[in-house]
Amino acid sequence: MPERNGAVRVGVYVCHCGSNIAGIVDCKEVAEYAAGLIHVVVSRDYKYMCSDPGQDLIRNDIQEHKLNRIVVAACSPHLHEHTFRVATANGGLNPYYMTMVNIREQDSWVHTDRQAATEKASDLVRAAIRRVVLQRPLEKARVPIDPNVLVVGGGIAGIHAALTLANAGKHVYLVEREATIGGHMAMFDKTFPTLDCAACILTPKMSAVKAHPNITLWAYSDVEKVDGYVGNYKVRVRRRTRYIREDLCAGCQECIEACVYKQPKFADEFNQGLGKRRPIYLPFPQAIPQTPVIDRDTCIEFNEPRKIRWLTSLSQGAFSAPRGQCCLSPHFARLWKSGKCKKTCLEACGDRHAIDFKLQDQLEEIKVGTIILATGFQPFDAKRIPYYGYGHYPNVYTSLEIERLVNASGPAAGEVVLRDGKTVPKSIGIIHCVGSRDENTNRWCSRVCCMYSLKLAHLLKEHTGADIFNFYIDMRTPGKSFEEFYQRLLSEGVHFIRGKVAEVTDWVFDPSEEGKLTLRVEDTLLGVVRRIPVDMVVLSVGMEGHQDAQDVRRLFNITCSTEGFFQERHPKLAPVNTFTDGIFLAGCCQGPKDIPDTVAQAGAAAAEALALICAGYVEQEPNCAYVIEEECSGCKTCIPLCPYSAISFREDNRAEVNPVLCKGCGTCVAACPSGSLQQRMFEDDELFEEIEGVLVHA
Amino acid sequence: MPENRGYLYFPGCSLRATGVAYEESLLELFRVLDIPLQELEDWNCCGATSYMAVDEGSAFLLSARNLSIAGQKENHDLMPPCSACYLVLRKTQDYVAHYPEARRIVEEGLKAAELKPFNGVRVRHPLEILYNDVGLARIKAQTVRKWQGGKIACYYGCQAVRPYDEVDRPHDPIRMDELMRAVGAETVDYSLKTKCCGGSLTGTIHDVGVWLNYILLKEAVRKGAEAIVTICPLCQFNLDAYQSEISKEAGKAFDVPILYFTQVLGWALGGDPKALGLHRSIGGRGLVRKWFSVSQEVLAHA
Repeated sequence: MPERNGAVRVGVYVCHCGSNIAGIVDCKEVAEYAAGLIHVVVSRDYKYMCSDPGQDLIRNDIQEHKLNRIVVAACSPHLHEHTFRVATANGGLNPYYMTMVNIREQDSWVHTDRQAATEKASDLVRAAIRRVVLQRPLEKARVPIDPNVLVVGGGIAGIHAALTLANAGKHVYLVEREATIGGHMAMFDKTFPTLDCAACILTPKMSAVKAHPNITLWAYSDVEKVDGYVGNYKVRVRRRTRYIREDLCAGCQECIEACVYKQPKFADEFNQGLGKRRPIYLPFPQAIPQTPVIDRDTCIEFNEPRKIRWLTSLSQGAFSAPRGQCCLSPHFARLWKSGKCKKTCLEACGDRHAIDFKLQDQLEEIKVGTIILATGFQPFDAKRIPYYGYGHYPNVYTSLEIERLVNASGPAAGEVVLRDGKTVPKSIGIIHCVGSRDENTNRWCSRVCCMYSLKLAHLLKEHTGADIFNFYIDMRTPGKSFEEFYQRLLSEGVHFIRGKVAEVTDWVFDPSEEGKLTLRVEDTLLGVVRRIPVDMVVLSVGMEGHQDAQDVRRLFNITCSTEGFFQERHPKLAPVNTFTDGIFLAGCCQGPKDIPDTVAQAGAAAAEALALICAGYVEQEPNCAYVIEEECSGCKTCIPLCPYSAISFREDNRAEVNPVLCKGCGTCVAACPSGSLQQRMFEDDELFEEIEGVLVHA
Repeated sequence: MPENRGYLYFPGCSLRATGVAYEESLLELFRVLDIPLQELEDWNCCGATSYMAVDEGSAFLLSARNLSIAGQKENHDLMPPCSACYLVLRKTQDYVAHYPEARRIVEEGLKAAELKPFNGVRVRHPLEILYNDVGLARIKAQTVRKWQGGKIACYYGCQAVRPYDEVDRPHDPIRMDELMRAVGAETVDYSLKTKCCGGSLTGTIHDVGVWLNYILLKEAVRKGAEAIVTICPLCQFNLDAYQSEISKEAGKAFDVPILYFTQVLGWALGGDPKALGLHRSIGGRGLVRKWFSVSQEVLAHA
């Protein structure tokens, strides 16, 4: 190993990245410039430094030219720092004697002036050479990985990932926000393009989750806090109380029948408000776990009847009451508490004593090594497009409402009738791309709407025999057997009109439109404006990230696009990884996708988690902070600032950093008034030398 | 709430010609509300109508001159009651702020005319002023004549609500409905409330313009409305002046009063019926006479 300031021999490698860099930066000129700088022994440019021959160049040069420092000017360290560290190590050097210069994302991709971009690359290379001279040899620490996995979200993605991991013998904690697992898929009637019943393929998997010895299922629960790092996450989960003990409940549902509300009265969330439920309820008959929930907001035990009446009026006023809308502030909830219910549910439960109105939320602390996020999507709120009349005209429905309506176990037992409860629609218009591919709402294609609109067209035709009109912008059916399904629908006599619907309206132009909803649309194939009167309108709403996606993002310290979908590490090559090690994505929380893709991604996320677990340990970047003891004044400024509680105060009045807990964020280093906190890989002298290197023109 | 210091009033050409009833009722309403209006001095054509289509730059300049004069005043709230004036003034501000070419034309033009650039002028439609600054509560409290007339279709037209969303919600505006309800009127769910009245088509492609107005009238009547209330002098004129022609063409007699919202509000708040320009109505004269007769006054706050 060379001594500091000893005989330093630097090798410089400038990558063309095909034409990505070489298209704007004259790589040969940069390499020639670097060759003339002090300490530089070898300087080369090469088409693809990350390729095998490129890496061989580094390895051979280290041996042949006795190099002891390496500078690679190429892409972002995010992409290939690891690659070049390995190449450096293969040549026999400490991998931390290599530094990378990003002349792609930070140079060629953002500039158009060839000469200036080349100069910038030269400046950055010069700075890196000055920095690399001072870099220290470092060792990575290895920490064992906890084999337990947390899966957040119990839709089909979470279920599939959890089962895959559990079958591999790993313990899984599956946390679901709602009272049952199953997610959106449980609400669907049939699935495209094969038309197999969603419940028939999903509910066996749901029961398997419940029965699996390796899965701890916590439904009706929220993740509250996440600490730690890959391999060693500490997670706090709040299990909201159902007021019914899961361990004592036998799932007989007698309590539901016994409720003082003889008739179900409140908007049923699972059925999109089309049906009614009691304050004590099971979301749907096949719910897992089979433990009912007592809803605090509507149960008389917790509320005065006056408030219940008010809530009922709310749920009757809107066609579908969005979840959480009825929540009052805790202050009001206390004021209105009556505790005067006869508690017939309690009597029905009898000796089992599963119901307890005094139950509190339970907090669980768990340790896991890896986390899979499968938090899903929320459907686009159709009320955001006022000219489609959802919430204004009763017979405008969202696609999810239709899924429930055609479902045999839905609120109408599969009888498709209008909101008056008796009329069977004779004509139905299905509008595609509602809240998708629209500059005013969401720009992206939600990918599933064309196919589920076709499916609903088929099902509605089957149930009602109505004339069905599909209004589409483009038909997008790229998937196995998808196009064939489209062709099938074309032959079933469903009408397809190419055009974006301008409005759904009740104004009557022609007497035949009286009492109907008229869709006004430009038929772009015929080149005419048409008015199509129908009895029922279905809005094929798109997919959005959850409203609280940004909160979840912060909780798990991952990145989220402005659209509300979580960001994968690489769109092609790391589609289930996040920028936080040990946290993986599955399903629609990463972007709109259909069930086959969701399941595939969930499997991939489980495999990635398994790969980490099976390796047994993770290596930690040696970028932790450390204290120069003789300079520490013991002021304690750093201690409360550390987000990871990694700094302690020793008896001899010095701060001390625990390298296992330190994540290398650098907060303490910046705050230390005496400069006695330093950070490996970001030492003061290295950074100052690099800055000078940029600023000093050679 | 700080005391309302009033608004700069920009009448525009319509309110001095076909829409004179709008001006009369607006002034009377603000007099009753005790809110001062100061007419913008030396105002000129707003730049709307054919100007915008023929030469955008000239249209912006005409608007800019008005805005510049308003900018020199202490009070920066400029109130054009006509939707076309509102839109072109608002559009000029928007384009000057966002498009360098428009900014260059306007800056050079103002400089040549030795006018100062306009900053901080707020262009505000009276509908939005009455809704936000005066408020439903005050309108309700000051109502002395509860509406005894028939059901109302509130017709907003296109220019005041789109593309700028400051006056009301662009696709389903509601504020005029709420103001009408505040004085006791019942409004119908008028699905055509933002559809086209034909604008100047009644003068150029007459058949089409009249046809559009026929649709508006027919739907309002179908929904059970006995009167249409507007916020725009062009909408009012088209619906009012061509009613007899439409009746003849369509073979269906229309006799619908087309009122300004300021007429209804002015009357409800105790304005002098003679000062509200009601005698200028063409359609539904009988109903207007019946609804607005002082003898039928109902004193809600006796």
